[in-house]
Amino acid sequence: MNAGIRPIRTQAELGLVDVYTTSRQGLPGGSDVAAVRAAAFNHFALAGLPHPRIEAWRYTDLRRLMRDAKPLAAPPDAEARAMAHDAGGVFAALGFRRLVILNGSFATDISDLADLEAGLTIRSMAEALALDEPLLSQGLGTTVPADDPALALNTALAGDGVVITVSPGATIERPVHLVFVNTGPTPAAMVTRSLVVVGGGARATFVETHEGRDQLDYQINTVLQLVVGDEAQVDHVKFTREGSVAIHVGTLLANIGARAKFNELGFIAGGAVVRNQLFVLLAGEGTEANLRGLSLLADRQHADSTLAVDHAVAGSQSREIFKAVVDDEARAVFQGKITVRPQAQKTDAKMMSRALLLSDRAEADCKPELEIFADDVQCGHGATTGTLDDQLKFYLMARGIPDKEAEALLIQAFAAEVVGAIEHEGVRDALMDATVAWLGQRG
Amino acid sequence: MTPLLEIRNLQAEIGGRKILNGLDLTVNAGEIHAIMGPNGAGKSTLSYVLAGKPGYEIIGGEVLFRGEDLLAMSPDERAAKGVFLAFQYPLEIPGVATVTFLRTAFNAQRRKRGQEELTSPDLLKRVREIARKLGIDAEMLRRPLNVGFSGGEKKRNETLQMALLEPLLCVLDETDSGLDIDALKIVANGVNQLRSSERGMIVITHYQRLLDYIVPDVVHVLSAGRIVRTGGKELALELEATGYAQYQNEAA
Repeated sequence: MNAGIRPIRTQAELGLVDVYTTSRQGLPGGSDVAAVRAAAFNHFALAGLPHPRIEAWRYTDLRRLMRDAKPLAAPPDAEARAMAHDAGGVFAALGFRRLVILNGSFATDISDLADLEAGLTIRSMAEALALDEPLLSQGLGTTVPADDPALALNTALAGDGVVITVSPGATIERPVHLVFVNTGPTPAAMVTRSLVVVGGGARATFVETHEGRDQLDYQINTVLQLVVGDEAQVDHVKFTREGSVAIHVGTLLANIGARAKFNELGFIAGGAVVRNQLFVLLAGEGTEANLRGLSLLADRQHADSTLAVDHAVAGSQSREIFKAVVDDEARAVFQGKITVRPQAQKTDAKMMSRALLLSDRAEADCKPELEIFADDVQCGHGATTGTLDDQLKFYLMARGIPDKEAEALLIQAFAAEVVGAIEHEGVRDALMDATVAWLGQRG
Repeated sequence: MTPLLEIRNLQAEIGGRKILNGLDLTVNAGEIHAIMGPNGAGKSTLSYVLAGKPGYEIIGGEVLFRGEDLLAMSPDERAAKGVFLAFQYPLEIPGVATVTFLRTAFNAQRRKRGQEELTSPDLLKRVREIARKLGIDAEMLRRPLNVGFSGGEKKRNETLQMALLEPLLCVLDETDSGLDIDALKIVANGVNQLRSSERGMIVITHYQRLLDYIVPDVVHVLSAGRIVRTGGKELALELEATGYAQYQNEAA
């Protein structure tokens, strides 16, 4: 027997060892990529699934929530392709360029790859990995160093995704829509990884939607690595409405260059367990980042938005606002950490989180952290948790607006502060409509 | 004929403190009643109890609105029946555009009464017309409800809502508070345009000044939760001269 302390393996952890062992030969990538995967899996295997004793996972006990490991999803067949037709419906009317990642594989035949704008390239991650390019073999393109067990697991098991580049100076008017969808029919794991590199001075908008079948016990581990070049502007919206019993772990690694502008919104409205973690590195001077989140939770949903913003150099600005509407026995988590490194003078960072509890059994956990090593900075954070304001509700009712409608109006107003800040009118309206639809289901 | 509003021996308390203490009041359609009284007499409580604000406990008496039990209705039902409270301190609601609020309220009342809803353009036309008369800027209608409005703008906005919703009973709670004389004239003018033979009003005020502009038919003095004196409009002038001291003694 080994004398060292070995963590007790859960069924899911043992299952993941099996999945890796049986799948690794078939995973895309040459020997360099295989070596990165092996190192990442060893790293994961030592730590095991994240649990509350890891500070960054304090409120989301994946070791408990993830009961077993699912096999990696099989490549999609014709039936799956047919079912994926309506996926990404929330933005369907907007005419975006649809790239469908179906059951973990980039389905180029049902994606819109025609007439690519000058300066835009789109490839499959699996194909790119197979070429063993230096860009990807270095940690599968890791754009921000982050030590996280879920990310390590993704590195070990990632199958497909997209690789998108935008040339310096190019403006891509038509937003690119990454449609992630799981059609089943059997429970499976989808481990996807994408890389988006936007060159200096370029402009582009990316939206992601993540969805799948209700009542289907599937698992998502998805990573988006993003590079925003100097003086570029990138808007990114991630809309997560997974099936009712699905587990979704998503990671954004965003590296933002000098004088660039990055607008981010994470919208969570579905999935039994959703963890959305963002690692944002403001790597250049004079950068502006607006990071926003809105979670609409009911039943026994659990959604965790965890944010790590790293102000690495001088003169960058970040604004963080994360809101949650929590009904029934749902639980919303926000953890936000802002780090200001010693050389990052004149940093301006403001973080706010607000939770609106609609039931006595709803829960919101909020943990803001500032870690400041520079002495000439402006940093602040605030957090509120409360219920609907009875005075405001009475004012609305006194004008003839019924109880539920008055509540809906106030909740919409609460959400509008986040959603209303989106620049793209179509996306903004679509997300307000999604909010109204969610309120409609409250009954 | 059934009175518009009939309050009989109304007793109400909040947080275990009795505020209304056997209040009787009858308002007929077409009449304007002023209710005056010292601070703490129960003026605002009366307005909130009529509108149905939660937190007040009715421990006795009854309120009939056109013969129906008003106290059994929820606030939105009362509004749809035609009860309107112009708030002393209108609330600010960030994220809800004034015009959205007006449309939602207007159509919710129509729905409740089984009337057809008005389309947005038709409603907007009506709102703009009323706003123009009250000197309310169209830009203000797009702003979040009452957010960043001055005291005068808020009261004008209350008057706008009242004119749009066309209630049968208007309860004006200290409408003059926070208004300079110009704003007071505009608001009073808006209120006077709503005077009609079908509509009754209760004008609650601490000062006589408002009643120069909204001239009442009847003036009541409220003290310690009940009406202690009733008279014509000259009573308001008398109160202005003598103050409320005698009524405070009377109540004690």
